[in-house]
Amino acid sequence: MGINTFNIEEQGFLTTKLSEFIRWAQRNSLWPMPLGISCCAIEMMAFAAPKFDVARFGSEFLRFSPRQSDLLIVAGTVTYKMARVVRKIYDQMPDPKWVIAMGVCTSTGGMYRSYAVVQGIDQFLPVDVYVSGCPPRPENLINGLLKIQELIKKGVPPKRDPIYI
Amino acid sequence: MSEERMEKIIESLGKRNIEAEFDPLGTEMILNVGPQHPATHGVLRLVLKLDGEYIVDAVPELGYLHRGKEKIAENMTFLEFLPHTDRMDYLAPPANNIAYMLAVEKLFGIEAPRRAQYIRVILSELSRISSHLVWLGTFAMDVGALTVFMWCFREREKILSIFDLVTGVRFTTSYARIGGVAQDITDEAIHSIKEFIDNFPKELEQCEKLLNKNRIFIERTDGIGVITKEQAIDIGLSGPNLRACGVPRDLRKDEPYLVYNELDFDIPVYEEGDCLARYYVRLGEMKESVKIVRQCIEKLPSGPFKADEPKATLPKKELVYTKMEELIHDFILTNFGGTPPVGEVYHAVENPKGELGFYIVSDGTGFPWRLKVRSPSFTNIQALPIMLKGHMIADLVAIIGSIDPVMGEADK
Amino acid sequence: MKEKVIEKLNSTFKDDIVEVSEFRNELTIVVKKEKIVDVCKFLRDDPELSFDYLVDICGVDYYREKDRFAVVYNIWSLKNKFRLRLKVFVDEPDLVVPSVTSVWSAANWHERETFDMFGIKFSGHPDLRRIYMPEDFEYYPLRKDFPLQGIPGSIPLPGQEKIKRDVR
Repeated sequence: MGINTFNIEEQGFLTTKLSEFIRWAQRNSLWPMPLGISCCAIEMMAFAAPKFDVARFGSEFLRFSPRQSDLLIVAGTVTYKMARVVRKIYDQMPDPKWVIAMGVCTSTGGMYRSYAVVQGIDQFLPVDVYVSGCPPRPENLINGLLKIQELIKKGVPPKRDPIYI
Repeated sequence: MSEERMEKIIESLGKRNIEAEFDPLGTEMILNVGPQHPATHGVLRLVLKLDGEYIVDAVPELGYLHRGKEKIAENMTFLEFLPHTDRMDYLAPPANNIAYMLAVEKLFGIEAPRRAQYIRVILSELSRISSHLVWLGTFAMDVGALTVFMWCFREREKILSIFDLVTGVRFTTSYARIGGVAQDITDEAIHSIKEFIDNFPKELEQCEKLLNKNRIFIERTDGIGVITKEQAIDIGLSGPNLRACGVPRDLRKDEPYLVYNELDFDIPVYEEGDCLARYYVRLGEMKESVKIVRQCIEKLPSGPFKADEPKATLPKKELVYTKMEELIHDFILTNFGGTPPVGEVYHAVENPKGELGFYIVSDGTGFPWRLKVRSPSFTNIQALPIMLKGHMIADLVAIIGSIDPVMGEADK
Repeated sequence: MKEKVIEKLNSTFKDDIVEVSEFRNELTIVVKKEKIVDVCKFLRDDPELSFDYLVDICGVDYYREKDRFAVVYNIWSLKNKFRLRLKVFVDEPDLVVPSVTSVWSAANWHERETFDMFGIKFSGHPDLRRIYMPEDFEYYPLRKDFPLQGIPGSIPLPGQEKIKRDVR
């Protein structure tokens, strides 16, 4: 964005493209929908708490309603019984929406190679950023959030379900 | 969500003794407080039968976090299962590790040295304070006081940095080993523990000032979620929930383990059995934990931090790389586990949530034949329908918060 | 205290006590399956013993020809501060045990969990449904012949129905 200041009574204005302006607004106000299921949820609570404050990056409100958020953070082990619920919440979010898979349990099933755990949520959800760690430190999760901000800045569209023709 | 499952749940609601009344306005309704809800402290699903705003009955549904830990345990050695115990009650991981290791040591018949036992007590009590801080923050936030949440998490960060110094990990520690602890505690860690213990009572007093005499807090918790003493013993409650009903049961005094019989502390017991009594019990426990940690730091003896049992505990790494016997022991213990005797043991400790017990059936090999986890949150949630009868939906949030369930433990 | 328990049980239920054993200072008593409710009621109501707190019920699969499954009851006496373990053996074609929910209501969910994991039915239980696995799951996970990684396709994933979609 270029800032041109004309000396019309000391008032400045700036010129930019519409798509860049929209992307700037989107990436600096990502409101997450925390889907806290197990241990990673506690680190997500710490990531919203005073020491590792995420509100300074624009995620002011952790609204627990999918209709009012644009970033889904899946934190915790997803079992087969819970998978249906996670998919329903993803479907209830309005477009455009991004998904962070927090922790190894959501990325690949983690340390649970058993009959009840889904081995990675990308089997039924399109994921944009994978954050590894068991649980990831709050700084690591902030890093994941910043990566999504970079993706938005470059103009990469969020991942969608595959289309089969 | 299949139709037949919903029908079975409604059928089980119908089997209880609820009189059918003439209901022309249709005020009776079934409400689903689903697995994803900000106030249910995890993935707990409640199907409520409502009469207007009042709850007539409730059926909790678990299993949304069932990861199959007991089956996983049958395929690993005793030491390999240790990180799984961290993730059960994920608010106090060191306490779970110590509980599991005590059960395994009882099976093998070995005992940890004195210094290791004192270090274990310090970590257990610090994790008790940490767990109660999360409880206090989320309970107050559910009832409406958001500032307390921020203050409690600020204090909890100090405890997590102490865990970082002592164990190397801030959250899921995996610190205990068969026969002791993983590494020794340094002077820097002891100094930071002392600093925390000196400052903590003042911070707790600030939170108390906001809540204890607060009219709104007392109205939302006094007389809500009452359970009588006989009902509590019958339904199997444990931990602070049982002590708030007038039963003075605390495993640290009834069946002392580690070095609790040498320390001087009280257990707070209240009579009323409602949410406010549970709040006071947990506040009292935090203050007692501060006392215990102070005594432990003064009495900390010097000595080894791990027992010297070659057939059960891993040897020191510098000896493994240079001596032959230690190399063989290390290889056998890592691949095949130790050789415990054939038999079964049960050992329970006083976790922040209640009585956490491990029942291990061993067949002589290094892999447990059956490992059952007696988790306190599983039995505590069973008491929820009794506590909810006749209250309004807004009280549901306060009652679940005061029981303090952790779904990772209840679902295993 | 151990001798008192054994003596009282032997005086009332002489033929139903199959075995008494002790390991690491813990007492285990094996009882015949039909008499478990009477033994539990006696242990709870006796004024000297007063085992009024049920700690845990679990199942064990020994994977052998005879007495394959066992149901283990862990009880505690608040007055005497004493722990006791009762065991009941069941076998394959007749996998039914009388339920002790009439003695302690805490047994409700523990017996549901044992049914869910092993398939052992409890007669007289007010509400015997699965508690951890979904209702339409057909197998019993903790039996030794169920594989750890599960049977693929036993629980369907949500995305698998939704993948075929029209071109936007």
